[in-house]
Amino acid sequence: MFDILGYDFMQRALLSGSTIAVLCSVVGMFLVLRRYSLFGDAIAHSSFGGVALGLLMGVYPLWMAYVVSIISAVLITKLREKFDISGDAAIAVMLSSGIAVALVIIGLSGGFSIDIFSFLFGSILLVDADNTILILALTGSILIVILFLFKQILYSTFDEKQAMVSGINVSRINYLIIFMAGLTVVTAIQLVGVLLISALFVIPNIAAMMAGRGFRGTMVISIAMSVSSVLVGIMLSYSLNIAPAGSIVLISILMLGVMLAAKSRGLLHAAAWTGRPKKPV
Amino acid sequence: MPRPVEISGLSVDYSGVQALDDVSLEVEEGDFLGVIGPNGAGKSTLFSCMLGIHTDYEGTIKVFGQDIRRSKSALKKLGYVPQMLHFERNFPITVREVIRLGMWHGVREERIDEVMQELWIHELEGRRIGELSGGQQQRVFIAKAIVNDPKLLVMDEPVTGVDQTSINLFYGILKDLNANHGITIVWSSHDLDAVGMLSSQVACINKRMHFHGTSQEFFANESLVRLHSEGSMHLHMQEHKQSPAPPGNEAQAGT
Repeated sequence: MFDILGYDFMQRALLSGSTIAVLCSVVGMFLVLRRYSLFGDAIAHSSFGGVALGLLMGVYPLWMAYVVSIISAVLITKLREKFDISGDAAIAVMLSSGIAVALVIIGLSGGFSIDIFSFLFGSILLVDADNTILILALTGSILIVILFLFKQILYSTFDEKQAMVSGINVSRINYLIIFMAGLTVVTAIQLVGVLLISALFVIPNIAAMMAGRGFRGTMVISIAMSVSSVLVGIMLSYSLNIAPAGSIVLISILMLGVMLAAKSRGLLHAAAWTGRPKKPV
Repeated sequence: MPRPVEISGLSVDYSGVQALDDVSLEVEEGDFLGVIGPNGAGKSTLFSCMLGIHTDYEGTIKVFGQDIRRSKSALKKLGYVPQMLHFERNFPITVREVIRLGMWHGVREERIDEVMQELWIHELEGRRIGELSGGQQQRVFIAKAIVNDPKLLVMDEPVTGVDQTSINLFYGILKDLNANHGITIVWSSHDLDAVGMLSSQVACINKRMHFHGTSQEFFANESLVRLHSEGSMHLHMQEHKQSPAPPGNEAQAGT
């Protein structure tokens, strides 16, 4: 089974996949805690409209998807803030409008020669060297920004009002999170596709929240679960000749199931990790 | 030394609905000011303006001599304790991490241990904030508010939803902070008994400032006390809908 690791395409897939897993886990943690769990889905669906638009215009589809996803992300925030539309309703609007735009464009163009299903369900095994570099660079940039502004982002996620009193520009932080989430979603489309994107944002984080206590500890657990589900999922997909997106998501659901079972048996409370070394007695 | 708070002619209008009308208020160093008024009287709006959260108003608000709209640096001398938060109960953050969120750059980490000892929450440091009782959570938020040694503590109905035993402990802490640590406190509450027990000054607000004076002056005025006592709050609110100038207006004193 491990002889497959000698192939370039598999090395790229594992490297890109685990990098995307880290990114989705970190950005997803803030989205889940802001009760924006479906935000990834909405952006992914609207970026699918961007993919179709890119194909129609002859522009590289993922570039157009990046542009459309960022515009959609900002629109969702504006709909909430300016028109007092609830977050879930704003997400529903963007979610359906993205697919609708894609369907109309595909219909008008008479279909595309490129495999549109690779955007719907991901194609991590087909990621080339350029894309791998792009994924690494983008992930590195976003993680550096989060690290640099970690306290501001965490504080405004915990409580906006208290963060404002502490002098944090909460509105700017909110837009930054949305912007980074938009970039993350399109990057992750290559791994699991438009339809399964929420799994990467949500499942490792809610599973980790059952095990960790402190924020950093929970984030480390989430990253570990996310990366391992991607690595195991990709290897399993090769062995069983099944779609990587499906196996990745099912592995992470399995992990969530294990955590739920452990929690229901009271095994997680005592073991919960703060992410901080214990003081010597 | 400039006053901790100076509010002059504060008026706030939310899309045609007057939330505050020409409110003026001065808070002296060492004061323990209780702000009272019925629901919808504008207490939270007043606090939001004072904390620099709401900036769309007429009038001026100075905190330690600085216009809060022009400079946020005065906020560094201020600690804020919110109402019982409605945060995600599963938010993975420990007591220590919550207190650290409130720390300004340069404050030493050991200060967290000191405030946790002062507020008897050191044994809770590794617990998630969502696992704690309402009273314990409020002590954590006080710890976060005082970790930078503020000169002014602002609290908007801090004991709403907290059990009575915890409330008594909480009030003891506030008294100590004001009397022994010299922290000026501005707080709002619906509990007149607590306001009388703790506050040196009282401000009654219902869109406008109806009374601002010492606690003794307030409690010596039976009509004011009756008007603002819990039983009459609701009635007062109903009356207010028909008449913007309630009968307590003529009792205005102080500012």
